[in-house]
Amino acid sequence: MATIRIAAPDTASAGEVIELKVLIQHPMETGYRSGPDGKRIERDIIEKFEVTYDGETVFEADLQPGIAANPIFTFYTRATTSGPIVFKWTDQDGESWSETHDLTVE
Amino acid sequence: MKAGLAFLSALCLSACGDDAASTQSPPAQPQPLLSGYEFLQPQTRALQDDNFANPGFLWIDRGEALFSTAAASGEACSDCHTDTSLPLAGAAAHYPKIDAESGDLVNLEARINLCRMRYQDEAPLEYESDELLSLTAYVAYLSRGTPVSVDIEGAAADWYARGRDYFETRRGQFNLSCTQCHDDNWGKKLRGDTISQGHGTGFPAYRLEWQSLGSLHRRLRDCDAGVRAEPRMFGSDDYLAVELYLAKRAEGLEIETPGVRR
Repeated sequence: MATIRIAAPDTASAGEVIELKVLIQHPMETGYRSGPDGKRIERDIIEKFEVTYDGETVFEADLQPGIAANPIFTFYTRATTSGPIVFKWTDQDGESWSETHDLTVE
Repeated sequence: MKAGLAFLSALCLSACGDDAASTQSPPAQPQPLLSGYEFLQPQTRALQDDNFANPGFLWIDRGEALFSTAAASGEACSDCHTDTSLPLAGAAAHYPKIDAESGDLVNLEARINLCRMRYQDEAPLEYESDELLSLTAYVAYLSRGTPVSVDIEGAAADWYARGRDYFETRRGQFNLSCTQCHDDNWGKKLRGDTISQGHGTGFPAYRLEWQSLGSLHRRLRDCDAGVRAEPRMFGSDDYLAVELYLAKRAEGLEIETPGVRR
C-alpha cells in the first residue's frame, strides 16, 4: 500500500500551461545495501512512471536504482480539453499503483 | 580513518578540559536556542517548508487516514478526539508526560498505544512501525507551531534527573557525552556537518540519511552508535528520560513535525 500525493489544478483555461506534482511513498531499495544482519537487502524499485491526459501520454519516465526513496516528479502540460489525468507507477515485479485526477477546462 | 580519529581526539582535548557539570548546578542550555532547522542547508530547509514536497507528509496523510479508521471494537481515534471534545491541537507539545493512571512517563508513541489498549481494545503497535510512525507524526503535526512546554515536577522529576544524567555521561569508545557536542560545541564542524544543538522538535522527522520518517528514539540510537556506545532499545526508559530532558531543554522552541533533517 503506497501513499500518493498529487498537486494539480481542478480547473484551467484552454491553452494554459499547468503544473503537476506527484509524490509516491516507495523505498526505492537499490539492492546494493546490506541490512543489520549483514545480508543483502533485495532490490525493490519502481521502474516506470507514466501519465496520460485524456488518453494521450503526456509524460513518462524510466526510474533507476540511483533514484532516491519516495520519488517526486514536477512537470508541465498544456490544458486542452476536460478529461482525466491518470498517473501510474509500475514496479520491477509488475505491481502498479495509479491515481486519477479530473481536470475541467473552461 | 586515521585523520578522522586524530580529529576526534583533538575535539576531545578541547572539549574535555572542563569537569563534568555537577548535577547540583543548573543544566547547561545553549543560548540562543536554535532548532535543528537553523543548521540545515537552504535546500533542505526549503524541502521542510514545502507542504507538498516534504516527504514527511506521506506519513502524515497515512496517519490522518488511520486516525479516522475504526478499530475492530468500532471506535476510531477521531470518535473521541474532535475539534471541540478532547482536541489534540497543541497536545504533543507537552509530551513526554506522566500518565495519571499508571504513574509512568509516556511519550507520544506510548500514549497512542495506551489509547489503543484502553479504549479501542487493540494490541499496541510496534515501535518504529509505519503505522505507529504515521499516527505519531499526524498527532505531532496537529501541534505544529506550538512551543514545547513540559512538566518536570512531581513524579517526572526523577525521570528528568535520569535524562540529564544520560545526557551528561560520557559513553562509548569515543568517550563522549551528548553535552560535549550539543551544549559546548554546537555551531562548529564535525566531519562535513555543523553540530546542532540537539533539539528533538522536528521529530518524527524525515532524515535524508534514512530516506524515511523516523522517531526521536531512532535518532538517539544513531547518536549512541556515532560515539560507538551501545544503543538502547526503542521506547526504553533511558531514551524516555532523555526525551523528557531534551523537551525541557528545548522549551520555547516550536514543534516542527514533520521536520526534514540531514
